Amino acid sequence: MKKRILIVDDDMDYLFQMRVKVEQMGFETITAESQAEAEKIILEIKPDLCILDLMMESDDSGFVLSYKIKKRYPDVPIIIATAVTAETGMTFDIRAEESKRWINADLFLDKGIRNDQLHREIKKLLKL
Amino acid sequence: MATYKILIIDDEQGIRDGTRRILQNFRVDYPFMDEQIDFQVLEAGTGAEGIELIDKEQPEILLLDNKLPDIQGVEVLEYVKSKQYDIVVVMITSYASLELAVKATRDGAFDFIPKPFTPQEIRASVENITKQIFLKRMTQTLNSTGKQIRFQFLSVLSHELKAPLNAVDGYLKMMKERQFGNNLEAYEQMIDRSMERIKGMRNLILDLLDLTKIESGKPTQKLQEVDVRKIVQLAIDTIRPYAIQKDVDIYLNNREAVIMNADPGEIEIIMNNLISNAVKYNKTGGRVDVFLQRLPETLTITVSDTGIGMSEEDKNRIFEDFVRIKNQQTRNITGSGLGLAIVRKIVDMYHGSIEVNSVPEQGSSFIISLPVPGK
Repeated sequence: MKKRILIVDDDMDYLFQMRVKVEQMGFETITAESQAEAEKIILEIKPDLCILDLMMESDDSGFVLSYKIKKRYPDVPIIIATAVTAETGMTFDIRAEESKRWINADLFLDKGIRNDQLHREIKKLLKL
Repeated sequence: MATYKILIIDDEQGIRDGTRRILQNFRVDYPFMDEQIDFQVLEAGTGAEGIELIDKEQPEILLLDNKLPDIQGVEVLEYVKSKQYDIVVVMITSYASLELAVKATRDGAFDFIPKPFTPQEIRASVENITKQIFLKRMTQTLNSTGKQIRFQFLSVLSHELKAPLNAVDGYLKMMKERQFGNNLEAYEQMIDRSMERIKGMRNLILDLLDLTKIESGKPTQKLQEVDVRKIVQLAIDTIRPYAIQKDVDIYLNNREAVIMNADPGEIEIIMNNLISNAVKYNKTGGRVDVFLQRLPETLTITVSDTGIGMSEEDKNRIFEDFVRIKNQQTRNITGSGLGLAIVRKIVDMYHGSIEVNSVPEQGSSFIISLPVPGK
């Protein structure tokens, strides 16, 4: 059975392009354009993996969403895809103990990541 | 309450005790200081002891006798300078010669107190210095937060500029790789989306140009007698095609000229932003009303719409740079997030005020009040 990946991003073009990429890797996708929409989806559906944008309704939507998904489905791996580091020079490090405790995403990826790298990271998280 | 440390270096026990007594319960306040400042007095009898305390305690103020048992007071002063400590130094000396005064001032002494001094002299000097330090610190804080805001602005700006580039870049790559085979419709959609993103970027750049004009300051402000009604009419004409598309009617509720001294370019920016927002965030079949009211002292501009309105929480955020209200109803509305920030900046330049009344689902009113410049 195809693994199902939830992609959440408020940039509809990025969302579309990401969906196409991920589907070409052979996964099934569900998409949401906001934190609120994603929160509704996870009540009904348990995805196998999530790729979340960081800044949506609020600057930390991705973190909050990550927290809520993990609370409901502790075993679902979460990638937070952000353009923040590349564009602002601000860095997050989820390996820092304090961040890890509440952000609990499994991986931070830059939005500019190449397809093959993304594919590799997804396979690793899904233990494929 | 803030406490500043004062270090007194003097070999005479009597002077040290006296100074401590004088400053012990002394407080300094200033009309716009939020808090009073009081003092902790530290003391040293020799230059060496003094330097040790300077390193350890980093006092704000140093009261320094020039004639010390081991080294000269000016040597302590030189030490403070060489370490680049931010300490205001006051020389206390009974040997105040011109030569010493010149040297000490050159090395950065802020004030002189002749010995013997009266309690009043010490207090006056300390009060003066305290205010100076306070102002200097406040300026530093303001500068650094100013820089911080600038940095934040540029960060968000680069994000806002790159997001559309990435989107267009992504579509071009997909088309180049012919990812949708011969499905021409899919490619056409990608072209449409790319053009939409480029349009958004162009609007952002136009807004940035407006912002630059404002931020470059008042020298470019060309105050002249303008007919605000005429400017509103022009703005309405510009937005009309878009309003027709959205089936929104725009009404200007003034028949006569409304004259005021202002920069026509700035009034135009205000009107363009408010009216285009009123159309953008309206509902199909809605309306926009513009009212101008010229009183002897003020000009009031009201732009009301029958649109989607906004929550109390959103109302407080909309004037910030790059803030756009994101929800289900606004997801297909594009904007740079700078329009209202620009409006607010202009209104501030005129020392005016802007307020918003809004009811979700019913509409919003923006009311700008500009004082009429005196003759």
